[in-house]
Amino acid sequence: MAKVWVVPEVQDQKLKKISLEMITLARRLGDVEAVLIGEGVSPVAAELGNYGVGKVIVADHADLKTYTAATYGRVLSDLIRRDQPEIVLIGNTATGRDLAPRVAQRVDAGQISDVIDYRDNLFIRPIYAGKAFQQVTAVAYPLIVTVRPNVFKAAEPIGGGAAPIVETATVSLTGDDLRVIVRDVVRQVTGRPELTEAEIIVSGGRGMKGADGFLILEALANVLGAAVGASRAAVDAGWRPHQEQVGQTGKTVSPTLYIAAGISGAIQHLAGMSGSKVIVAINKDSEANIFKAADYGIVGDLFEVIPLLTEEFQRALAWNSEQAG
Amino acid sequence: MKIAVLLKQTFDTEDRIIVKDGVVVPEGVTYIINPYDELALEAALQIKEKAGKGEVVLFSAGGAKVQEALRKALAMGADRAVRIDTEGLIADEGIVAAALAEALKPGGFDLILCGWRAIDDGSAQVAIRVAELLDLPQLNVVTKLEIEGNKALAWREIDGGSEILEAPLPVLVTTQRGLNEPRYPNMKGIMQAKKKELKTIPAGSLVPVGLKAKVQNGDTFLPKAKTAGKVYKSDPAAAVQALVAALREEAKVI
Ligand SMILES: Cc1cc2nc3c(=O)[nH]c(=O)nc-3n(C[C@H](O)[C@H](O)[C@H](O)COP(=O)(O)OP(=O)(O)OC[C@H]3O[C@@H](n4cnc5c(N)ncnc54)[C@H](O)[C@@H]3O)c2cc1C
Repeated sequence: MAKVWVVPEVQDQKLKKISLEMITLARRLGDVEAVLIGEGVSPVAAELGNYGVGKVIVADHADLKTYTAATYGRVLSDLIRRDQPEIVLIGNTATGRDLAPRVAQRVDAGQISDVIDYRDNLFIRPIYAGKAFQQVTAVAYPLIVTVRPNVFKAAEPIGGGAAPIVETATVSLTGDDLRVIVRDVVRQVTGRPELTEAEIIVSGGRGMKGADGFLILEALANVLGAAVGASRAAVDAGWRPHQEQVGQTGKTVSPTLYIAAGISGAIQHLAGMSGSKVIVAINKDSEANIFKAADYGIVGDLFEVIPLLTEEFQRALAWNSEQAG
Repeated sequence: MKIAVLLKQTFDTEDRIIVKDGVVVPEGVTYIINPYDELALEAALQIKEKAGKGEVVLFSAGGAKVQEALRKALAMGADRAVRIDTEGLIADEGIVAAALAEALKPGGFDLILCGWRAIDDGSAQVAIRVAELLDLPQLNVVTKLEIEGNKALAWREIDGGSEILEAPLPVLVTTQRGLNEPRYPNMKGIMQAKKKELKTIPAGSLVPVGLKAKVQNGDTFLPKAKTAGKVYKSDPAAAVQALVAALREEAKVI
């Protein structure tokens, strides 16, 4: 069986969801091992055993407190050269996209980016911003694969919680690895999930009419535990920050539920969200292009519809939790 | 300041993708400069203008058609261009990067700028691979860039926020929307571009002997046609009730 490495992402000593999603894919590819990189990440190693990870290599070092491509790239590529896994899975996240090509080139590997499926020994990835799909196969190993978040089901713990073999890696960084200095990290504290990881996203466009218009969308997001997204028109108008833009020149998202309010459905917007499992459109124009992409739609004034929708979801979720006891 | 801009010609985003026998049909397609690369070029031009001196050199790998993109970029204000002719080359990102890196080497560039990804294949590898091949630090997905003396300061998008990075020159920077608004070429620029140097180098003379593609593309296919969704046009209260019921019982997403 192929040796498959997963490079989990850890934040605040917790495995990010993408880590468990990668384990799901890794189990289909071969024997799963993991490489944990960071500072203070060692405690997470034991947890990985619950998910069928047989061995965890831990690189825990003060110089790895903040991610940089050079430092994490050095650690990971040294380990790949030493242990020669066939496949290395990295999240197609901001961090993973930064890290993967550096490592691929350093270990002289091929890379398949933004993988959303694996069938008949072929990796599947979207091209032309999701307008088409491409099958890709490796003709040489090692192979680096970056995995799109929110597509593979997160691995469930498998009984027993067998403790993995934990190996401590020596970390030896050189001056060249430390050329890039992280001056500051600014995390947004919205209390909402991150756009690319969110199960539910509510997005607004020019139809929201202004920054204030988004308040009703935020109220809906709060009820659903959703992230807030925006069209480019809303971002260009200065109503929302760039980081919230969904689309070809914004974020690519794959939530379970995407609610688009006051968004016309331009091809460049669809490019970022057409991978959503269920799409709901709210638009007063019944001819709007978004209805062609939507699974459900309401034709109406969003300023009337969204507050009603917020109430109705609140009722439905209360009912759900009652049923759950 | 010597600045290189890596530029890719891509399909226009509005174009419909037609697939025949597992391959994208290129006929009837309009070609553009990859929008993220335009941000890189604009940044390069602004840095040169601010310094009052320097050179902006374009590098692009592709067939003869790529010259159109390079002419446009020259008309925007770049000084000269190099096309790496990939006709007949079976390439993956590693090979394209190897060719680019080899072409870049003699230039002694202080700064290499490139879009963070191309909108056609979206694989976001080539620029970073070039950085590795040239042993340069990388500043990736940058929304704000300042060059001060021998240092670059970059604001970069990360998951759930942003970070500020500092790196010594030479450095490779990939650009993200928000950085600037690319200019349009004017008549004067278009006339001047005709006289600017556009050199062609065959990829074969740049790619190391024996280097082979490590991944191989199989078939391309289109997404399944979407069946028409359910649209509620009734009064808002009834529509909302019906929608939430459907999301719960039919789609099972809440
Ligand atoms: C190279 C390039 C890249 C691009 N990248 C992106 C990208 O990443 N993301 C992106 O989103 N766009 C992108 N665009 C822009 C895109 O083409 C559209 O211009 C943009 O998506 C339109 O945003 P919108 O739908 O919010 O606005 P509009 O097209 O103006 O649509 C507003 C909609 O709101 C509806 N509306 C108005 N008032 C109400 C109301 N009271 N109730 C209900 N509905 C109402 C209207 O009927 C209309 O359908 C890009 C364009 C280019 C050329």
